[in-house]
Amino acid sequence: MSVDSNAIERGDARVSSPLKSIARKGRFVGIKERFIEFLLFLAAFSSVAVTTGIVGVLVYESSTFFAHVPLIDFFTDTMWTPLFANPRFGILPLVTGTVVTTGVALLVAIPIGSIVAIYLSEFAPPIVREVLKPILELLSAVPTVVYGYFALLFVGPILQSLIPGLPTFNMLNAGIVMGIMIIPYVSSLSEDALRSVPMSLRESAYSLGANKIITALKVVYPAALSGIIASYILAISRALGETMIVAIAAGMQPNLTFDPREPAATITAFIVQVSLGDLPHGSIGYQSIFAAGLVLFAITLVFNILGIYFRKRFREVY
Amino acid sequence: MDMTDFGPIIKKRKRQDALFNIVGIACTLVGIVALGALLADMLADGLSRLDPQFFLSFPSRFAARAGILSSWVGSLMIIAVTAAMAVPLGVAAGVYLEEYASKNWVNTIIETNIANLAGVPSIIYGLMALGLLVYGLGLGQSVLTGGVTLAFLILPIVIVATREALRTIPQGIREAAYAVGSTKWQVTRYHLLPYSTGGILTGVIIALSRALGETAPLITIGALTFIAFLPPSPVSTEFPFLSFEWIWSPFSVLPIQMFNWVSRPDQDFIVNAAGAGLALITMTLSLNAVAIVIRYRMRRSIKW
Repeated sequence: MSVDSNAIERGDARVSSPLKSIARKGRFVGIKERFIEFLLFLAAFSSVAVTTGIVGVLVYESSTFFAHVPLIDFFTDTMWTPLFANPRFGILPLVTGTVVTTGVALLVAIPIGSIVAIYLSEFAPPIVREVLKPILELLSAVPTVVYGYFALLFVGPILQSLIPGLPTFNMLNAGIVMGIMIIPYVSSLSEDALRSVPMSLRESAYSLGANKIITALKVVYPAALSGIIASYILAISRALGETMIVAIAAGMQPNLTFDPREPAATITAFIVQVSLGDLPHGSIGYQSIFAAGLVLFAITLVFNILGIYFRKRFREVY
Repeated sequence: MDMTDFGPIIKKRKRQDALFNIVGIACTLVGIVALGALLADMLADGLSRLDPQFFLSFPSRFAARAGILSSWVGSLMIIAVTAAMAVPLGVAAGVYLEEYASKNWVNTIIETNIANLAGVPSIIYGLMALGLLVYGLGLGQSVLTGGVTLAFLILPIVIVATREALRTIPQGIREAAYAVGSTKWQVTRYHLLPYSTGGILTGVIIALSRALGETAPLITIGALTFIAFLPPSPVSTEFPFLSFEWIWSPFSVLPIQMFNWVSRPDQDFIVNAAGAGLALITMTLSLNAVAIVIRYRMRRSIKW
């Protein structure tokens, strides 16, 4: 019981009427309540301040960058060499590096993650699911720098023995390991979506003679589709922004190619590479990481908004 | 149609189910085997390096003499700052959005914004901190900057965990408390927060374990890779006994130390990297194990 109500129970000798005391207390409590609500609102609003900070910094630093580099060069030049004596500022090689590593990661994570989700939700006995799900989720608890090590020193040599002529640094290796890392993002969220499909839908399918797999693929999966797409989109935005695995295993040379067997730099790897060096604050090289970051932010923003849309749609259905 | 015709069809359907069962188990194993291979690989490479000397030495040009003292101390300091900022802020924001917020456009913006922040790549937070905290506010490449950066990064995770924990509390609890004259804050303070502590704690632990493994944003703000001294101690023998000088100190963290060693061609440093990786992975996996245990016990003990 709170202090306020104790005071009311005891009654206050100095106040003639107990009702008056309660009324005064009430007014004080009202102010206190409103003050607390305001503090809590400020805490929630701080997240908007973070976004404002992100957009503000990226746009401000990029604007000085784009004062030097014409937008048309930025989007059409095929070379990205901002630290050379004769710098070229074409973002395309970094974008292809990002797209190729993300593509490889999705080719691993989406099929495997979806099958795992269907298996855990529709086939596995409850005890198996209860044990396997947390273990799989540990995959996303491993720090990405450790995955980088794993890619460079374990998966890389295996791939090199399978594919002759594969260089030490290549996008295939980084993409595969990144795909393994994001399996739980796909499997856990898709499984949640599949499990929230009402049992009656499955029972209707069974009553028509469908077996489990047909029910899962033709009834449950489509019914959960918007939730599942949301999980795919989360995986995409995770892969686009992943940094350490590609910085360690894909090489750091910007390379305009769609061949995953080649080394290349992603947007994130470039930012890390520049940050490791000692660039003076305000130089064009320093500003170039903000311009690259702005492109990455814009791309992930599109996917995040799509993800929010699909999640909301899924919540409305069930 | 004759009834006997169904035999082969049923058999075929059952075979399909059995086949998918195998495919499903195989795919689940892919992830588990990869996790096992990763752990085994790190153990094989780095276990020999894990002696007290490794934890008590500064980095060095000589692989055999190099250790992770400054980086694990740095990781602990960063996590302390991150937790001190992200936990109160995230829980307060979660309480506001779940219990107080009415449906208006301001709150819709806040909610959409948090959902978006959760998907912003970590390195972008690093760029924001570089422009705003390091140069804009002049905080420098300090423990404070690093901790605040990671606090921003994990804020959405703490908020979402708080909201989910609050959502599992039945409406009847709130109504019962209101019925005996509680105010909104009293309901929150004496009922909702105590009952959701387990869920919030689980989310906070998972968020902190994520912060512990983060590398990219700290590299971006310019954390050093080579630090051969410890920051000023937080406790001293002289008045006032507590000092916060350490938040202004430059720092390195375990993942950055590991990254630095991985990128060297020398095999001896690779062994050091595996050692640092083992220390790091032990910390993050045990934090996650604690979170799983809390979640499991909570599910068994709470019956509304």
